[in-house]
Amino acid sequence: MALEIVESCVNCWACEPLCPNQAIVEAKPHFKIIADRCTECIGDHDDAQCASICPIEGAILDEYGEPLNPPGSLTGIPMELALSLIEKARIAEARAAAAP
Amino acid sequence: MELPVIGQEAAQSSGGGCSASSCGSSNDQLSHLPDAIRAKVQDHPCYSEDAHHYFARMHVAVAPACNIQCHYCNRKYDCSNESRPGVVSELLTPDQAVMKTKAVAATIPQMTVLGIAGPGDPLANPERTFETFRRLSEEAPDIKLCVSTNGLALPESVEELSRHNIDHVTITINCLDPEIGAKIYPWVFWKNRRIFGVEGARILIEQQQKGLEMLTARGILVKVNSVMIPGVNDQHLKEVSKVVKAKGAFLHNVMPLIAEAEHGTFYGLMEQRGPTAEELEDLQDACSGDMNMMRHCRQCRADAVGMLGEDRGEEFSLEKIAEMNIDYDKAMEMRAAVHEGITAELNAKRAEKAAAVPAPEKAKRGLRPVKIAVATAGQGVINQHFGHAREFLVYEASEDGVRFLSHRKTDLYCSGDETCGDGESVLARTIKALSDCEMVLCSKIGFEPWGLLEAAGIMPNGEHAMEPIEEACAAVYEELAAAGKLEPKGDGAACAA
Ligand code: SF4
Ligand code: SF4
Repeated sequence: MALEIVESCVNCWACEPLCPNQAIVEAKPHFKIIADRCTECIGDHDDAQCASICPIEGAILDEYGEPLNPPGSLTGIPMELALSLIEKARIAEARAAAAP
Repeated sequence: MELPVIGQEAAQSSGGGCSASSCGSSNDQLSHLPDAIRAKVQDHPCYSEDAHHYFARMHVAVAPACNIQCHYCNRKYDCSNESRPGVVSELLTPDQAVMKTKAVAATIPQMTVLGIAGPGDPLANPERTFETFRRLSEEAPDIKLCVSTNGLALPESVEELSRHNIDHVTITINCLDPEIGAKIYPWVFWKNRRIFGVEGARILIEQQQKGLEMLTARGILVKVNSVMIPGVNDQHLKEVSKVVKAKGAFLHNVMPLIAEAEHGTFYGLMEQRGPTAEELEDLQDACSGDMNMMRHCRQCRADAVGMLGEDRGEEFSLEKIAEMNIDYDKAMEMRAAVHEGITAELNAKRAEKAAAVPAPEKAKRGLRPVKIAVATAGQGVINQHFGHAREFLVYEASEDGVRFLSHRKTDLYCSGDETCGDGESVLARTIKALSDCEMVLCSKIGFEPWGLLEAAGIMPNGEHAMEPIEEACAAVYEELAAAGKLEPKGDGAACAA
């Protein structure tokens, strides 16, 4: 039972000091959660702290790989627009990765 | 050789002083501040219209985290309250920030102010922010410190702030009404929970107001920034201006919303527009009856270095700093001497201005005001080639005199790369940015831009090169008047009939 930080994390540090278990560490290319320390905040807080402050939709996933903050939920940017942006970013990234 | 360090002694009498129209020259926005406050801010590059030509400031980006979301911000980039959107600053540890500050202050002796303004909210990163302040208060006590915040964590930080050498605090306040707030702030992080909508905005507004009151009660100077968002808070900001003044803020700075789809912000994607230069100036005018307005704000980057309007940040990357060999004590002595020299020069200029015999009240001739754009590289004179100007100062000349209105950047959305370097589009952008001006004063101008400007109804004029800006504006106003070009628009025909 643990959350996971994925590549859309922008390394903003907001989550790191909030974790009651020091489960979040600065890492490259992005922050990560040490799975066996993460309790999903149960017993400490009603809400998972990292997922409650993280400003980036989709950056933190639950144990099933579902985003705790799905597209549109934080910015208010309509779901479709948000999804198409994510898709665009993905394509751009793939292109950059493919470039020599 | 200590410089007088700006302390915390209260400047309580903010209700005193005299109104802008009855005291000092109309273009000196600090003139109607109570003396105690004016003494504190008149040498601050960001607040004082004349000091910003002489003194330098820098920002360090030590505070990455944020505790709220603003609709004009995309957290992939720096905080948009304090920089222009779409900017990413190099994040520093407090240790690196202290090194950088000292290196800059040793290299640019005009340095007077260090600010922490991001890339997130400084008070949402209290350890990093206060570590930086604590060390700088000890190691470079002549540098004034300032900090900007969205206000959410302000009340709990006031005690700590008052312990450091803090010169002033900037709070971004966009509204007083939670219903309006909910259209600007989708959520805040408060007491271990994310709180959305009106309720979140209500908490934020309460904290901002409480923080403002606590700071002014302790005599710490507070400036208020607002982002003008047409159709959302533009009318409401007049009320904001009144209230924050009543609570003791010494300056209110209304900044334009900058919203572009490519910044990936809510407003950018939802096509919320920013205000036109004219709308912004009108609102600033409407608010200035109640409040000092700050019109020369450049919306600097969170890691900007140098004089206002310039950024020498690249000279001070961590690698370059590591190679510098600096004698800090010597640098501080040199700074003291340079600051003294500048202060003397500024004071002499101010005395000269004050001593100038006020022109006898001329009978009003019923002439209309004119907006004049000026290309200047500083020192208050017209000393820049039109083609080199990346921003213009816009003044309004009227029968009541000359007053500064705003800065117009011509490269506002331009990152400076080769894609936007072609002369024609820059010129087109400049013409657009200055479309409400009737004249542009510069030291020199090329033949081609001359023709295009003239065709667009903006008369170029290089005859006042090296003259003080205000005198030159007054002179061309008189020239226009003499040429009969300033008859009030519209009713000229009626009068003649
Ligand atoms: S869910 Fe809670 S315990 Fe797990 S990483 Fe986030 S803050 Fe730490
Ligand atoms: S709050 Fe979100 S974006 Fe910021 S460091 Fe943590 S996971 Fe990354």
